[in-house]
Amino acid sequence: MPADAILEVENIELVYNKSVQVLRGLSLRVPRGQIVALLGSNGAGKSSTLKAVSRLLSLENGELTAGRIRFDGQDTAGMQPHALVRRGLFHVMEGRRIFEDLTVEENLTAATFALSGRDLPRGGFDEVYGYFPRLAERRGTRAGYLSGGEQQMLAIGRALIAQPALILLDEPSLGLSPVLVEEIFTIIARINRDTGASMLLVEQNAAVALALSRYAYIMENGKIQMDGPSDRMIADQDVREFYLGQSDGAGARSYRDVKHYKRRKRWLS
Amino acid sequence: MSDWLFFIEVSLAGLGSGALLALAALAFVLIYKATQVVNLAVGELLMLGGYLFFAFAAGWGLPAWAAVPLAVIGGGLVGAVVERGIIRPMLGESAISVFMVTVGLGSVLIGLVELIWTADPRTLPAFISTKPLFLGEAYVSRKIAVAFAVAAVVIGIFLLLFRFWRGGVALRATATDQAAAYSCGINVPGVFSIAWIVGCATAAGAGILLGAIGGISPTMGVFGLSALVVVIVGGLDSILGALVGGLALGLIQSWTGTYLGGEYTNVVTFGILIVALMIRPYGLFGTHEIERL
Ligand SMILES: Nc1ncnc2c1ncn2[C@@H]1O[C@H](COP(=O)(O)OP(=O)(O)O)[C@@H](O)[C@H]1O
Ligand SMILES: [Mg+2]
Repeated sequence: MPADAILEVENIELVYNKSVQVLRGLSLRVPRGQIVALLGSNGAGKSSTLKAVSRLLSLENGELTAGRIRFDGQDTAGMQPHALVRRGLFHVMEGRRIFEDLTVEENLTAATFALSGRDLPRGGFDEVYGYFPRLAERRGTRAGYLSGGEQQMLAIGRALIAQPALILLDEPSLGLSPVLVEEIFTIIARINRDTGASMLLVEQNAAVALALSRYAYIMENGKIQMDGPSDRMIADQDVREFYLGQSDGAGARSYRDVKHYKRRKRWLS
Repeated sequence: MSDWLFFIEVSLAGLGSGALLALAALAFVLIYKATQVVNLAVGELLMLGGYLFFAFAAGWGLPAWAAVPLAVIGGGLVGAVVERGIIRPMLGESAISVFMVTVGLGSVLIGLVELIWTADPRTLPAFISTKPLFLGEAYVSRKIAVAFAVAAVVIGIFLLLFRFWRGGVALRATATDQAAAYSCGINVPGVFSIAWIVGCATAAGAGILLGAIGGISPTMGVFGLSALVVVIVGGLDSILGALVGGLALGLIQSWTGTYLGGEYTNVVTFGILIVALMIRPYGLFGTHEIERL
């Protein structure tokens, strides 16, 4: 991999409420300009990883007890979340988290605080409306009245306003129809290509995420279990079975079970 | 006919004190909206505003145009110190502990004021003319009219700022979802500070107006309880609720005080509180459920 990484996470351990350990020595890196996928089953700690990176963790009584995180070459320890956003790291949170009482336009205005110290681009919100024409039509509508897909577009639109160097995307496909997922991921790819923003993409929908990303990590129980170039991941038998749903067994088993299973199979044969 | 005139005069006086209630209610709303803290010391901050004006105008002999802003700024400073020194370190504590701390803060302020200025009531140096004002045939005290005008303008400005100013968007965003506000680059602790500063400054300003009408005393903070009724009925997070609720309660208090007798105002005020809470626990204009204290 090239040496230049926008994000480097080294051996982080994360504890909630001073008692529950959720991440156990997790490491990953996002090369500048690339899309990297972070996959894993429910409860693996994907969202927690993103919150550790954006430092929104502190709001949930979570604490990093070991390891370090470097964004753009700088250690982020002690930085406040909004300060990190202003340096160019934008976290699109799970569940969209748009401001429902505010209009579409006011939601975008709220994101202009990410530009504090920089200038709002001359076109204002035109870039966002260019990617998402549907938001332009509904700019005066209360965001709570938007459909799920439109709310996800707005959440990504807020990120665009911030002109970030790195976007953390937490399950943008959550609760959307396949057609909408297709549409949104096409736009995510375009944003990456046009703006050069690097992305760390968390997904349950592994097929889409692997198709979009250059490199992928699979995590389980707070640790990376497996990583590699996405095209090779797609071809991997275990990944196919357990994350792409192309298996004949029950999908509920975890990646660890696969290993056990494989080990046993090898031993038996 | 003269009965009618009397009724109108009573109502105008009620609207005047209602505007002050709305202003004090605004202090509750600003602080609650941003930080989800019910600051029970609003009444005492209002009292402090009256005393600060007294100190600057009577003590130092400053003219009103200097004493008023200084007293308002003084209220804001107290807000800043309280937020940074007491409230922010309590972030994450239960709502009831923070609420109790503001109750304690109120008592401390009363104690300080009594230490410095004694418990005796005082009159503020006159800075509003006492010449009566007539609306048609109806008489209105000029002080009440001025209080009404000031309160109306201030609340109007707040409503406009909330809608159209970027900082107003930041406050509303923070009120809706703190984590999401952070994620948009909003300085959430900064919003907390500003809400406390502006809220306490507003309370101090209301205190000056109230003191100009009825004089000042360490117990004048009970006015804050009526304002609390306004916000609980109108919705703790609603500026519009503060405005409408304040004017309505001012009218009702004025009518009951005049026609039923002064001893009934509290009964009616808190009767309204109980009924309103039974019908709509989150206030007539409020959006969010108030945390059970
Ligand atoms: N704020 C929190 N407090 C305590 N435990 C949490 C908190 N957030 C998440 N967890 C726990 O951490 C684990 C990982 O959660 P999460 O990071 O949301 O996983 P994922 O996003 O991969 O589904 C889960 O077991 C979850 O219950
Ligand atoms: Mg998650």
